[in-house]
Amino acid sequence: MIRRLITLAAALALATPAAAETVLIRNARVHTVDVAGTLEASDVLVRDGLIAAVGKALVAPDARVLEANGRALTPGLFGGLTALGLEDVSAEIGSVDHAYTPGAVMPAQPMSMRPEFDVTYAYNPASMVIPVQVVEGVTFTLLAPSSMPGGSLVGGLGGLATLDGSSIDLLPASRTLFVALGSGASPLTGNSRAAQFMLLDQAIRETRGALFEGDRLLTLAGRETMAKYLGGGRVLFYVDRAVDIRRTLAFAKKHGMKPVIAGGVEAWQVAAELAAAKVPVLIDPLVNLPGNFDQFGATLENAARLHEAGVRIAFTMSGDSSHMARKLRQAAGNAVANGLPWDAGLAAVTANPAAIFGANDRGRISVGQRADLVLWSGDPLEVTSLADQVWIGGEAQPMTSRQTLLRDRYAPKR
Amino acid sequence: MNLLRIAIVLALAPPLLAAEVPYPSTYQVPASTPVLIRDATVLVGDGSKLESADVLLRDGRISAVAVDLAAPADARVVEGKGKVLTPGLIDVHSHLGVYASPGMMSHQDGNEMTAPTTPNVWAEHSLNPNDPGFDSARAGGVTSMQILPGSANLIGGRGITVKNVPATTYQAMKFPGAPYGLKMACGENPKRVYGTKGAAPMTNMGNVAGYRKAFLDAQEYVRAQDEFTRKLVAWESNDKKDRGERPTPPKTDLALDTLAGVLRGEILVHNHCYRADEMATMLDLASEFGFRITAFHHGVEAYKIADLLASKGTCAALWADWWGFKMEALDGIQENLAFVDAAKDSCAIVHSDSPEGIQRLNQEAAKAMAHGNRAGLAITPEQAIRWLTANAAKAIGVADQVGTIEVGKQADVVLWNGDPFSVYAKAEQVWIDGALRFDRNDRNSWHQADVMLGMRKEVTP
Repeated sequence: MIRRLITLAAALALATPAAAETVLIRNARVHTVDVAGTLEASDVLVRDGLIAAVGKALVAPDARVLEANGRALTPGLFGGLTALGLEDVSAEIGSVDHAYTPGAVMPAQPMSMRPEFDVTYAYNPASMVIPVQVVEGVTFTLLAPSSMPGGSLVGGLGGLATLDGSSIDLLPASRTLFVALGSGASPLTGNSRAAQFMLLDQAIRETRGALFEGDRLLTLAGRETMAKYLGGGRVLFYVDRAVDIRRTLAFAKKHGMKPVIAGGVEAWQVAAELAAAKVPVLIDPLVNLPGNFDQFGATLENAARLHEAGVRIAFTMSGDSSHMARKLRQAAGNAVANGLPWDAGLAAVTANPAAIFGANDRGRISVGQRADLVLWSGDPLEVTSLADQVWIGGEAQPMTSRQTLLRDRYAPKR
Repeated sequence: MNLLRIAIVLALAPPLLAAEVPYPSTYQVPASTPVLIRDATVLVGDGSKLESADVLLRDGRISAVAVDLAAPADARVVEGKGKVLTPGLIDVHSHLGVYASPGMMSHQDGNEMTAPTTPNVWAEHSLNPNDPGFDSARAGGVTSMQILPGSANLIGGRGITVKNVPATTYQAMKFPGAPYGLKMACGENPKRVYGTKGAAPMTNMGNVAGYRKAFLDAQEYVRAQDEFTRKLVAWESNDKKDRGERPTPPKTDLALDTLAGVLRGEILVHNHCYRADEMATMLDLASEFGFRITAFHHGVEAYKIADLLASKGTCAALWADWWGFKMEALDGIQENLAFVDAAKDSCAIVHSDSPEGIQRLNQEAAKAMAHGNRAGLAITPEQAIRWLTANAAKAIGVADQVGTIEVGKQADVVLWNGDPFSVYAKAEQVWIDGALRFDRNDRNSWHQADVMLGMRKEVTP
């Protein structure tokens, strides 16, 4: 209880000042994604940007009342691993900031491993890509540095961002080091995945003080960054092939890293090991075709099998994950259609990603949680349902984006 | 060109236009037991819906559609109560087989990026039937598709329409009698591929100059062929004694032959084009040379010119929600399909351009329907199903064969375990020409591509 109060106090201290109004959302189907499960015909009171009460027949004379008429209320959705606010138009290099690629310029530079590269400094909370996602219920995302040609298998630092249009810092406990493994990253490491562990080992030796003139991988800042992640820091590994996942688990354990697996196309094949090691996995549940020889185990039942084995899962889109962040909800629905329990499907785009990345103040609807909420026109995982209203930190978000403006400008005359 | 002249040209023209088409289809309608699907909700594909209807499939065709059909003694009865029957889904824009999974270097067979105009290449000659994407698309209810070359070139080459049946040769998939399509591309892709090498085209005006040059050459070619035909007809009718040498036919040119097919209306133009202004330019180009653009593909700004497209009889094959990956895709909106559909005499189509999207065309349509309805339209499932059946069939020139559940049509139908516009819906049974090609409840019916054998522990659709 004491711990909870402290959390509440800390959350209050961080909450958006003043602006957030007191709102009573009445008669909703409340998907708490918490121990309370789904509460029928229930109310949620939002005050000072937080959830102040959840229950039946709540009374709050100072609150603006919003009648939900039985509609579904969920926590705000996770957008997956994206470059939201880090890119506007993917094909326009001048609008893209999610990868450090000194080797891509001419003359090409040798690979420079810069774990200290931090995408936060590029994050634009006012990017026009963000409201397009917010009006579809997406309220937070993991800003993910990429490993691209001319860059390094160590992509750098990222973390959770709140998509409220103004916050420019990542959630402090969410900082994560990104590493890409497997065939996708192979061209960055002399065309062999074996060299990936060789180079990571070398970087770790350097971090621990074994320096040799002439073959350094890391700068001083890079060694300092790496050091933080060797002492229990969270490291996200992009890795698909089952055996590579097993090697990653062993590697992370050996070096004191707290691993998160992303991609994980064949993760279901090593589900028991992932569960035993309590390692969470982010997958795109729509991947069922082999993109390469790391993915021949691709199946639409990946999510269901991982969940069944006790692995904590969250979802992310492959491909254009930033512009398509809103599609994560559809992906969750498809995971449910392929054997994942419905509650687990919703958790994989709300509470799970929040918890995996250390944001315990969001992702659920319970007292003291941030009031990141979405009121839906129907089943929130259904493709024909749409977000009716989104709140971030208790503030009702304008349900407009440049897409809704285009829609209104060109709507057929009737 | 009048019909008689077409007949003469067909009879006398060079080999590629001769009655005997090269690389012919070897697709065979398999023998099948008659099937009576009973008591299903039927989304017909023409905008109508039948409740508790029975549909009889016999000898590869839809042989009866009615309420309370008597089950023929030889028919297998499939209970459709609580389920929804739709025409087989049709994707007018796929690259399955020309970019086969796994996506290795050797499977990059979709773009002949050696010159900006390559009407001489045919996608079927790249088509690798050993692509597991065909199997997962079938599990998503897709029974036919048009496979196109990529969009690197202004004129990318001929597409091919196939039946989505497991096969070891593309000829065994080739949709009998389907016309060829020609892939053309506007905008950024050709500019990027060639312009960055310092070659033409580098700009949008360079793109248009490229199309015009190609069609001017094609006009010359057609003139030379028509001239030859005239001379030949005259020669045939002249007195045998003094008619001289038989006229020599002009040299056959693979590239110009395809474009001549477009000018003669035999090959349908499928034009990758995003922006409204560029689509309008292409419509003018088509007027300049006297051909029709059958469909714009991708058309993320089609909603801005919905009436223009409808007035030209040009279809728009669209995604539900892709946007933002390049400048020409910046103005994508999720109401695009619905707004295009709302125009009178429109032809809106859901397409995939994706091995993932083709597996759930029904969900793409559902999203578009939901957004259209929120914007004030009143789109019903029986209307929306046209976007992935009848309208698609029209665009690839097979509307007389497939795309609706009507007596006499090919028996390509899908039985869904519920509302196909739900994320939870699954194609339960898929018939192609009356043969059951996928049954979700019978693993033995799940075809697995050769490339998957020995590669993974277990197959799931």
